[in-house]
Amino acid sequence: MQSSTRRTRKGLMATAGIATLALTLAACGSSADGDASSTDGGDSGSSDEPVTLTISTFNEFGYDDGLLDEYMELNPNVTVEHTKADTSQAAGDALRNALGAGSGGSDVAAIEGDQFALFMQYADKFADLSDPELADRWLSWKTDQATTPDGKLIGYGTDIGPEGICFRSDLLEEAGLPSDREGVAEWMGDTWEDYFKAGEEYTEKTGKPFYDSAGAIRQGMINQMENAYEEDDGTIIATENPELKEMYDTLLEESDKGLSAGLSQWSQDWNEAFKTGGFATTLCPGWMLGIVEGNAPDVTTWDITNSFPGGGGNWGGSFLTVPAHGEHVEEAKALANWLTAPEQQIKAFESKGTFPSQVEALSDPAITDAVNPYFNDAPIGQILADRADAVTVSPFKGPNYQAINDFMADALGRVDVDKVDDAESSWTKFVNDVNGLG
Amino acid sequence: MATTTKSRKNGTTPASAEARTPRRVGFSQKLGNWDVKVAPYLYISPFFILFLITGLFPLFYTAFVSVHKWDIILGQGDFVGFENFAFVLQNPDFWKALRNTFSIFLLSSVPQVIMAITIAAVLDQNIRAKTFWRMGVLLPYVVTPVAVALIFSNLFADQSGIINDWLGAIGIDPVRWHADVIPSHMAIATMVNFRWTGYNTLIFLAAMQAVPRDLYEAAVIDGAGKFRSFFSITVPQLRPTIIFVVITSTIGGLQIFDEPRLFDQQGTGGSDGQWQTMTMYLYQLGWNQSNFGRASAVAWLLFLLILVIGLINFAITRRIATSGGKR
Repeated sequence: MQSSTRRTRKGLMATAGIATLALTLAACGSSADGDASSTDGGDSGSSDEPVTLTISTFNEFGYDDGLLDEYMELNPNVTVEHTKADTSQAAGDALRNALGAGSGGSDVAAIEGDQFALFMQYADKFADLSDPELADRWLSWKTDQATTPDGKLIGYGTDIGPEGICFRSDLLEEAGLPSDREGVAEWMGDTWEDYFKAGEEYTEKTGKPFYDSAGAIRQGMINQMENAYEEDDGTIIATENPELKEMYDTLLEESDKGLSAGLSQWSQDWNEAFKTGGFATTLCPGWMLGIVEGNAPDVTTWDITNSFPGGGGNWGGSFLTVPAHGEHVEEAKALANWLTAPEQQIKAFESKGTFPSQVEALSDPAITDAVNPYFNDAPIGQILADRADAVTVSPFKGPNYQAINDFMADALGRVDVDKVDDAESSWTKFVNDVNGLG
Repeated sequence: MATTTKSRKNGTTPASAEARTPRRVGFSQKLGNWDVKVAPYLYISPFFILFLITGLFPLFYTAFVSVHKWDIILGQGDFVGFENFAFVLQNPDFWKALRNTFSIFLLSSVPQVIMAITIAAVLDQNIRAKTFWRMGVLLPYVVTPVAVALIFSNLFADQSGIINDWLGAIGIDPVRWHADVIPSHMAIATMVNFRWTGYNTLIFLAAMQAVPRDLYEAAVIDGAGKFRSFFSITVPQLRPTIIFVVITSTIGGLQIFDEPRLFDQQGTGGSDGQWQTMTMYLYQLGWNQSNFGRASAVAWLLFLLILVIGLINFAITRRIATSGGKR
């Protein structure tokens, strides 16, 4: 008797438990249904099937300040879900996994410029986005990067990274050097030699480092080389390219002279140094402005020149792609198309400072008249537009670009940042690393 | 269930009766026999079926991948035999990763077990607010490894880190946590210890509470002090638990990934591979370089390594178990 009551009680409890669970599940289900039906109700007249699109980006694309909401309002049958990765690498890894599996991932996937070449070799895994109407939307070199030899376009350009040079005017002033925008631009000159010479002058006078790291300057120099690591047919030439070796040697010589602060980019120490004056200058693509400001919100002396050594330079900038295996390729294309239209990219620029790659946007007053109060009221729109104009080289970035570029960063870092190796032996390791790619 | 009982009854009929009148075995009886013989295996089969799908199949598939050229997206390429293994074994990065893995493992596991036992011994005493302290040690375990790694990599920043500030305050030169090999391993081991010490402490604590109290009473009567009874009673009684903790932390330690990957922003283990572990090397080959063939080769080498160490562990365990039995 005793045991039987206990059993019933247990049974009761189990039933109650299951019932609760079922209720909860039912509640979840009904609420989801409710949402769906409410969206249905929202679209008055349109008989389009409700579609949920996913879009994945990284860092800051400036889409969160209402752009995606606006799209959903314009297309009531579409729900857009936004996933943000913390780094472009993480976003790239996720996309690669999805492409490899042939399923999953996002309907619209953002890819960073340097990684893009890697995905170009899987062009048939992406939907062809080419559209005669859009032929002139982007700067031609931007479109070229995303066009396959047989004319397929696999990515719509979002932003670009035209570079100026950010400098701390107070540090230069203390050293008795020019500290206003034009004066600094003139003093730093137009070539890398001039820039390094200016740096030597600063370092001699103050005993302090001029720029953050050899690795950072490399990004500027590499992006001005037509074929830094690979021939146009993809043959790897990194180990015997004299231009590259010269850059490597120059950078490490300058580090020896104390120009480099030896701070690895994105490290905690690097972040701090923006505040503490650990270095006087750094290369500044458009998207870097927000990072400088974020790292040193209380410093009032950061400024940006309308000049760049060795001609213009582009560092970074991204694309939106549509993986071909997605379920809603057409709808995804439409979303990518809309997001990369000049009007929308201007809004993204206003939100996060990502500089548009659209020709029309570049002459829009919203861009040309843009002023950045943090950078001593720099006419940032005009500066970046001029910097974009100055870009003449469209570097070839093949499938191995990113891997080799990472090896190069390590090679410089071993000597410049970690100081655990000398230039020669570090180069040997670089050669081994590159030869190991297979 | 009913059939089982029936079959058992049938099974108990004396063999001599069967020999006397050989009769036809009915189907239901056959079913019953199968039930007895097969059912236990069926009952445990879900685990093994799952293991087959999620464990064994990937294992052999990885072996298959490791002898091919294999791009992450394009998939299978040419058969290359053991070329991938040869490449990996000849690559200094692999050996560096092996060294780092062991170094970080030793720097984390050894102090961890010692600390965990010590803390558990303290918590095992009659202290106030027992539950509070016991839950307190588990708190770091609740924090996600990513958050831990972010916090610690800031603490250990080479120039602006608070650890170097403290060292400077007591007159020690700043340590280059992100540049030198051993300091970077120590910093990573600290993260691992922060996370896992509390967890192991609780396991030890549970085991300590199962130690018969009369042993301690007898020791007190014999005049043993706290330390003596700790080393002569607690530690020997904990032996099986220590072995368990050592084995689990070995497996975890050899696969360490989160903490070293998040130790800096690049996540590749330092410019000179100072803290690149085996799993990070695997990841670099597979994901950064799209070379799944080589990544699979590393995966298999790692598997063999863990197997070897597992066997060593097993041998030690058996020795300890038998020596424990003799006592």
